[in-house]
Amino acid sequence: MIKTDVLVIGAGPVGLFAVHQLGIIGLKAEVVDNLDKVGGQCIELYPDKPIYDIPAIPECTGESLTKNLLEQIKPFKTNFHLNQRVEKISKEKDGWRVTTNKKTEFLAPNVIIAGGVGSFEPRKFLVKGADIFENKGVFYSIKDKNFFKNKKVCIFGGGDSALDWAIEMSKFSEVVLVHRRNEFRGTKNSADIARKLEKEGKIKIKTPFQIDSIEGQNKISSITIKDDNGKSEKITTDFVLGFFGLIMKLGPIAEWGLNLDKKTIPVNTENFQTNKEGIFAIGDICTYPGKLKLILSGFHEGALAARACFKLAKPNEKYRFEFSTTSKNIQEKLGIKKSD
Amino acid sequence: MPKITYIEHNGKIHTQEVANGLTVMEGAVQNNIPGIDADCGGSCACATCHVYVDEKWFEKLKEKESAEEDMLDMAFEPKKLSRLSCQIIVSEEIDGLVVKMPSKQG
Repeated sequence: MIKTDVLVIGAGPVGLFAVHQLGIIGLKAEVVDNLDKVGGQCIELYPDKPIYDIPAIPECTGESLTKNLLEQIKPFKTNFHLNQRVEKISKEKDGWRVTTNKKTEFLAPNVIIAGGVGSFEPRKFLVKGADIFENKGVFYSIKDKNFFKNKKVCIFGGGDSALDWAIEMSKFSEVVLVHRRNEFRGTKNSADIARKLEKEGKIKIKTPFQIDSIEGQNKISSITIKDDNGKSEKITTDFVLGFFGLIMKLGPIAEWGLNLDKKTIPVNTENFQTNKEGIFAIGDICTYPGKLKLILSGFHEGALAARACFKLAKPNEKYRFEFSTTSKNIQEKLGIKKSD
Repeated sequence: MPKITYIEHNGKIHTQEVANGLTVMEGAVQNNIPGIDADCGGSCACATCHVYVDEKWFEKLKEKESAEEDMLDMAFEPKKLSRLSCQIIVSEEIDGLVVKMPSKQG
């Protein structure tokens, strides 16, 4: 079990800056995120898109913002627990015990939820049977490509994941690539290779088609695809792979007994605490009168929540407000050496 | 003010006045009309404000940009008349627009 002052849920920009605000007042944080990388929506949804409303940064991208925030919290040597989603929470004598789906356990007097709109999860097929065959015949990611060797595989999607796997698997499997329109949004190079393989008879491409049904008893025997005009086609296949990107789901946090307003968590704007003592919510996931879903608002929310965490993490110490410009204390924590 | 009609998947009809310059998505979210999630807040990055535009109206809307078409790949059950409502800006020209919401957003 990992003991820490604050468990931060969500490694998006707001979670990262909260780590900074905690760090400069001497609190240690651990960070959990369901994605395989740090940055949250900034990295997953718009790494290359410009952001124009970060104070004093006229223009940056989701990626550069993340990089700079990581640089800013470097002195605190924070542990990131990626590819993990928080699941259970229980109140212990010394604080909150939180367990992830990978069975990592944390004990902390404070939990800051900076979870955005929820954790990123693959978008799934919603036709009948897709859930029954999930992880047996229907997959949304690939752990071991050899599993599909010499089998019939239907791949759905129009982005790079769909194209790249179709190209790769065409070397050792019978591949049908299905997409809802004739254009692929993946890189032109990958789309060109796929089209070339189609001409050589190494893969089949079916556009504009979408899945309509999955057939089979104990295993998938075939699927039916349909176009916009109702024309349908049956394809014999062993496996169905879907690459439709990720969607955000609030997930188990919804069951934590916190007050919820639609998909957001109401907080007290004095300290961004939820209805449970020691559990805070900041960034897009929190709500209060006048709430703006801006990164800059999340930074402010994190700063206030961090100060509130101090009381529970160090009940016998008094928090003293200091400016980073003049505080030796803060500069020491940031590892800054003065050369006076 | 232009009126936009939102039809939930279960058939429930909401006709709402929406100010010029707002998006069709904002018209729904700000007035608590269910069926449009808009997780990313309107930056054409999540495909959870997906709607089916009434056939009579589809051609009258400004054409989709490629970023919207790309995002629609991710939407739940995209069809010929699919649009992302965060990319449709309300104006007098689309007074009376009718959109239907899919059974779910993802």
